Amino acid sequence: MSLLAISDLKVSIGGKEILRGVDLDLRAGRVHGLAGESGSGKTMTGLAVLGLLPHGARTSGRIALGERDLLAMPAKELNTVRGGEVAMVFQDPATSLHPMLSVGRQLTEHMRHHLGLDRKQARARALELLGQVRIPGPEAAIDRYPHQFSGGMRQRIAIAIALACSPKVLIADEPTTALDVTVQAGVLRLLRGLCDDLGLAVLLVTHDLGVMSAVADEVSVMKEGLVVETGPRGQVLRDPTHPYTRALLESLPGETS
Amino acid sequence: MSPTSSSEDLKGDTARRKPGRSGSRSPLIRFLARRVLTALLLAVGITLVTFVLTNLVPGDPVSANLGQRALGDPAIVAQWRAEHGLDKPLPQQYLMHLQGVVQGDLGTSQQSHRPVMDDLAESVPATLELAGAAILISLVAGVAFGVVAALRRDRLTDHLLRVLSLIGISVPTFWLALMAFYVFFYRLQVTPGSGRIDPTMSPPPQVTGLYTIDSALAGQWDVFASAVGHLVTPALVLALYTIGLLTRFTRSAVLEVLGQDYVRAARAKGLPGRVILFRYVLRSALVPIITVAGLAFGSLLSGTVLVEAIFAWPGVGQYAYKSATTLDLPAVMGVGLVVGGVYLVINLIVDVLYGVIDPRVRLQ
Repeated sequence: MSLLAISDLKVSIGGKEILRGVDLDLRAGRVHGLAGESGSGKTMTGLAVLGLLPHGARTSGRIALGERDLLAMPAKELNTVRGGEVAMVFQDPATSLHPMLSVGRQLTEHMRHHLGLDRKQARARALELLGQVRIPGPEAAIDRYPHQFSGGMRQRIAIAIALACSPKVLIADEPTTALDVTVQAGVLRLLRGLCDDLGLAVLLVTHDLGVMSAVADEVSVMKEGLVVETGPRGQVLRDPTHPYTRALLESLPGETS
Repeated sequence: MSPTSSSEDLKGDTARRKPGRSGSRSPLIRFLARRVLTALLLAVGITLVTFVLTNLVPGDPVSANLGQRALGDPAIVAQWRAEHGLDKPLPQQYLMHLQGVVQGDLGTSQQSHRPVMDDLAESVPATLELAGAAILISLVAGVAFGVVAALRRDRLTDHLLRVLSLIGISVPTFWLALMAFYVFFYRLQVTPGSGRIDPTMSPPPQVTGLYTIDSALAGQWDVFASAVGHLVTPALVLALYTIGLLTRFTRSAVLEVLGQDYVRAARAKGLPGRVILFRYVLRSALVPIITVAGLAFGSLLSGTVLVEAIFAWPGVGQYAYKSATTLDLPAVMGVGLVVGGVYLVINLIVDVLYGVIDPRVRLQ
């Protein structure tokens, strides 16, 4: 079942066309990988879903969450979708968490806002979430601040924050790019597991085809604001039809085919 | 919290944290104790600097204080010097001075023939009331204007506030003070004249020395109204520069924070705009803002000299001016000590606020 359907999405900023008609289909319990080089429009696609594009961006097309079009939604309603039904994990957890607010505060504030939980309920749920993303010692961790955690742990916290209000769709924008290689696998396994267990539809934006082949079910490849190829992972990565996908695959170091 | 078990668990993944150290009682208390200790050391330094500087001034207090005929008589001059301890070597004079400071004795003013401490006890509260009111006004107005300018970036409001703050920064305080006095008191007669209260009233019983607070404490509301009325114009005049400064700094600080990833992340969480503004944006922006506010307080204090002179405000500025021009050394040193002490306290407050706002400062 399609949870989030992006059709003919066009975005232009200051007269420059960034996205030129993107189509994507996210399904429950599936990880949809979005690959492409820098500047191909992967991140903009993710931001457009939540209406977080830079000021002055013009959009057209349709982003359908069930029956509702996110692009046409009034700001107030969109705010209940953000964090509530569609959540986002950003690239660098060192900058996407507020350095002066405790982990507990950042985990509970939107739960209390969206779900109307009281302090106690929100804290209990936060502890549960920290366990779910495998933060050791949630009881102590919840009162600490982001700078007291390593990069991998911070990204797990960011994922916990994204999951707090039980969203249906999770957009992960290069979630492992800023992390040490040694902890990347752990974070990816976590994302995959959450997708399977919670039936999340995940949009995994990455330029790393290695990451892609490890966790994605479907893969879309973007180039210059267009999706040039879409299909099941095995098919796209093993038997690409578009020359750009082939070029991307051939540029992988140590890949022998 | 007992971190023993959890710090073991986390060790592998929390590279920057020092296990064991986080277990000490309260990091905030230790942080505060360190700052206070530094401040005390600096206070001793201030006494030394004011003493040395005052004695380096090329001027002879003897000729400034004795008449022509007395100066001609070496016996009188020697007696006067001995009376004021000027015949002793400088290091000994400093030790005597330091001893006095510790005991709350700043010597006797050569002009008023009263203990400098008593003179200061009258003038310091007056200046603190004026400068305190001015910094309060500046903080509220400057931060509010700066936030509005940042949120309305490049729109009409932003441009208007930019012009306003540039005027505030560039108009000299003494000119503004004169104009305010002339226009509002002399021409329009909407503000009361000089001084701290109406001349027909007697000051409220002294508790803090701040007339506004003392009169409110005593329930003398007519005095309170008069004190506030007298305070408004000089405080506003004094504040205008700092308002302009804080507006500019707040605007740029807020704009910088608005571009941070964590603000976008907060939007992605669907938090309401006002929560993002106050909890996410202002908290971060406050760090540069209080830095500037602390520094601005210094320029505000020096601004009081002129404003006090024009509004006949019986504060430290006037006292400093009088004692400096008559080479009244004990008084000059007393003023130096007070001003240095105020700086110390302001810096201490700013340091403590850093720790309160930013856990990275307090938990290091």
